[in-house]
Amino acid sequence: MKFDTPATENPIDQLKVVGKPTSRIEGPLKTSGTAPYAYERHDAVPNQAYGFIVGSAIAKGRIASMDLAEAKAAPGVLAIVTAASAGMLGKGDFNTARLLGGPEIQHYHQAIAIVVAESFEQARAAAGLVRVQYTRDKGNFDLASSLDGAIKPPAFFGTEPDSSFGDFDAAFASAPVKLDEHYTTPDHSHAMMEPHASIASWDGDKLTLWTSNQMIAWSVGDVAKTLGIPRENVRLVSPYIGGGFGAKLFVRADAILAALGARAAGRPVKVALPRPLIANNTTHRPATIQRIRLGATSDGKLTSIGHESWSGDLKGGGPETAVGQTRLLYAAPHRMTAMRLAVLDLPEGNAMRAPGEAPGLMALEIAIDEMAEKLGMDPVAFRILNDTQVDPEKPERKFSQRQLNECLRIGADKFGWAARNPKPGLTRDGRWLVGTGVAAAFRNNLNEKSAARVRLDRAGRVIVETDMTDIGTGSYTIIAQTAAEMLGVPLDQVEVRLGDSLFPVSAGSGGQWGANSSTAGVYAACAKLRTAIAQKLGLDPAKATFANGKVSAGGKSIALARAAADGEVVAEDMMEYGDLAQTFQQSTFGAHFVEAAVDAATGEIRLRRMLAVCAAGRILNPKAARSQVIGAMTMGAGAALMEELAVDKRFGFFVNHDLAGYEVPVHADIPSQDVIFLDEVDPTTSPMKAKGVGELGICGVAAAVANAVYHATGIRVRNYPVTLDKLIDRLPAIA
Amino acid sequence: MKSFTYERVDTPAAATAGFARTPGARFIAGGTNLLDLMKLEIETPAHLIDVSRLKLDTIEPTSDGGLRIGAMVRNTDLAADARIRRDYGLVSRALVAGASGQLRNKATTAGNLLQRTRCPYFYDTNQPCNKRRPGSGCAAIGGFSRLHAVVGASEACIATHPSDMAVAMQALDAMVETVDKAGKTRRIALADLYRAPGSTPHLETALAPGELITAVTLPKPVGGTHIYHKVRDRASYAFALISVGVVVQPDGSGRVALGGVGYKPWRVKAADAELPRGAKAATSALLAGAKTSHENAYKLPLVERTLAGVLAQAKG
Repeated sequence: MKFDTPATENPIDQLKVVGKPTSRIEGPLKTSGTAPYAYERHDAVPNQAYGFIVGSAIAKGRIASMDLAEAKAAPGVLAIVTAASAGMLGKGDFNTARLLGGPEIQHYHQAIAIVVAESFEQARAAAGLVRVQYTRDKGNFDLASSLDGAIKPPAFFGTEPDSSFGDFDAAFASAPVKLDEHYTTPDHSHAMMEPHASIASWDGDKLTLWTSNQMIAWSVGDVAKTLGIPRENVRLVSPYIGGGFGAKLFVRADAILAALGARAAGRPVKVALPRPLIANNTTHRPATIQRIRLGATSDGKLTSIGHESWSGDLKGGGPETAVGQTRLLYAAPHRMTAMRLAVLDLPEGNAMRAPGEAPGLMALEIAIDEMAEKLGMDPVAFRILNDTQVDPEKPERKFSQRQLNECLRIGADKFGWAARNPKPGLTRDGRWLVGTGVAAAFRNNLNEKSAARVRLDRAGRVIVETDMTDIGTGSYTIIAQTAAEMLGVPLDQVEVRLGDSLFPVSAGSGGQWGANSSTAGVYAACAKLRTAIAQKLGLDPAKATFANGKVSAGGKSIALARAAADGEVVAEDMMEYGDLAQTFQQSTFGAHFVEAAVDAATGEIRLRRMLAVCAAGRILNPKAARSQVIGAMTMGAGAALMEELAVDKRFGFFVNHDLAGYEVPVHADIPSQDVIFLDEVDPTTSPMKAKGVGELGICGVAAAVANAVYHATGIRVRNYPVTLDKLIDRLPAIA
Repeated sequence: MKSFTYERVDTPAAATAGFARTPGARFIAGGTNLLDLMKLEIETPAHLIDVSRLKLDTIEPTSDGGLRIGAMVRNTDLAADARIRRDYGLVSRALVAGASGQLRNKATTAGNLLQRTRCPYFYDTNQPCNKRRPGSGCAAIGGFSRLHAVVGASEACIATHPSDMAVAMQALDAMVETVDKAGKTRRIALADLYRAPGSTPHLETALAPGELITAVTLPKPVGGTHIYHKVRDRASYAFALISVGVVVQPDGSGRVALGGVGYKPWRVKAADAELPRGAKAATSALLAGAKTSHENAYKLPLVERTLAGVLAQAKG
């Protein structure tokens, strides 16, 4: 099915099942610990051995020598694979560094060997006996000192590095009110609960990987390319994923080294990345240095917006697209954005929840707060005044839906914003300085083609198969809701099978495109199945309605199951997209409001309230969507207050590479959270009229927190995370 | 993790005898730190002597009006004990500020005192660390040192001791009771338990090899207001950036100990004497001779400001 004109009324609009706050259909499996994650697939194949990965001890250089004798002789060892013994390996399209390093080393903890043994303990012990001598090369590990050599990168996933509109330089130079500031965001780790894990099993030249992966089809391709085998010989199975946040968009060392280990040992091999290896072995959200220039008239109209961002990556990598939202968020006749990329020898950067917008808004939405203050304006009113309903760089292009102002107004009302003292540093509650902050949320909507197969069986049950993944988001549930709505059956009559490369190729989970795209694919397959069923029952497909387990048309009403009386009825289809996303700018919007308290003596920051108001198309399942947003707000609070991969600029690695050192919020950090979804349907996105929301939720949160801390203390921190050591010298004098 | 042998013992004598029999052995109780260190091969004992079932899990009054806390009393039980909460509130408050409920259920009194630093370079066996591999150097000096010591450190090591409980116990003049391989017992002031790093940061305590802590004693209650303020980036389940434990009497006199600033809970008698004059005076005494890096210099004003806040709170 091709979606190339805005959706009209369709069966989804009945909203009998879709749009309801249904609990996760796979929830009981997860809450009872019985959802089988990759590493737990003891049942999948017999005789599994264990692999343990050895990571490089240096960031850049070469392996001078490797002595495996002791390790090979250790109890239980079945095989050891290194680059020297692995044979020719390719590199996946989505990988920057090679997944098995040696002799050249490209980053710290790059995998250099896998030791396979009968037990996990034996593999781990033997891995400690692999003796490696390195020749260390000088590396470049410091973004701040690399700005001069940074280059203009090629377009990255469709995002051009530069944009300009009007005459920014002249407009900024002549603006009556100006802001010109630098902001920094640190490297972030996804810190998902389930580590990267895979079980690999060969059957002749065919490989099956039970793994934890967000993008099945991408990863089938990259496994095949890396191992140099045809993609039809690779099967990936990933039905349950314990969080990804972008860390599992791509094939990582666990999968490739499990496959190599299994081939060498002649047995299935399972591998999980130990937590201390994950930060440096896998991807992370790259640090940025951002410069923002804003010019405005004295009555608060922005005349010029400039946003530049510098980030680093290994050679061949890409930029953090931190300026993307700035091209679309606020009106101004004169504009420029630019991204520059430095070559760093740190581990490879890549996508983490809302790549681009998350760090971009961390900077932009502080700048907007600062500009409002310079203008003597309320920061909510300043944002509303500078709204745009068209793409500012292409004014003929309208937003498909844009309710940013409504989000801000409703949020301000609900939050009690009007009671706020506009002057910072004046509100006390005992030893606490109290402040409130606001930020806009913006995340682009992306539609990706997505296919599904739907079966009606003799019992009238509907079975949906697609390689879509559920990374904790609720994919199982919204897909079941979509099929139930389309075919007029109760939710418990639908079975959803996900995450298997034997199923039709879906959009996968990433970029908050999964919900709308994957359900649209299921919609297409269900539409085809409706036709097949009606024809089978001798009813007019154009007139048939599906409700209460019956198909009705022309005064006749027949039980759905009858269509499958002599065998399953099966339909498969894919939703593809025309140019509506070019005709209209499709984006999601929100507003975050935060109340923070700062201990006037110590500078400790504790959040008191968080509110998000989101406008993101049809909300397919308000309960799942709310879970996504409060989780994203939590992650945003982490980015604001504590998350930072500490770079050792001498040795070139992230030092705090475990969950004791890389702090993410705990329950005690997160206060009362509230989420409001505005009523919205967006007929330009798909027949579902939905958009994504899982990444919108993090966008702007950290800036709202930083702005609240400023309002509480009068101290502006432009370098994340906002920790007490950055406040301590400027807090009020103590008695 | 290296393979190891294991035995469980019923008496302290059996524990120390086991140690004498098997060089390179370690005692294990709750294992909340040792097992992590073994998985990373930072600790590689050939033999583990499980002391967790020793009958050292009671809290008894002493003849001088104090309490004797058995070495195996779990952190959770110690924090919840009515006598501790009434008379030694600082200990209870420090304990619940540390770790998580699950860890406190496992962790023991003696084990808490003997836990090792959380310096991230100590935990990464690729990096030089004089504590882990004597003579290899200290990667924390000149590296990521935001969490590191500002007092008592050396050219060889700037690690801190991570315990909260020990800070409270040091403020309360706790004593440690031990038994050695020969069956000899002794009492060590907690203040003397930890060795300054000097050029031998791998030698961390005054305990002889095989010497087993059997109890910690607290002298008779000192009254006053007990406050433990642990400062950290996240609200729970994090080691202290710094912590301040005070006991303040109605006349303003009292005692103060710090966590997160040195290789041991940091107490300076002269600082206690300065307490009535306020946080600035007491901090000057506490942190005299402090040496900071760009990354941990904030700890100095933070100690003073936290102490000021705590003293204001004590006044009510």
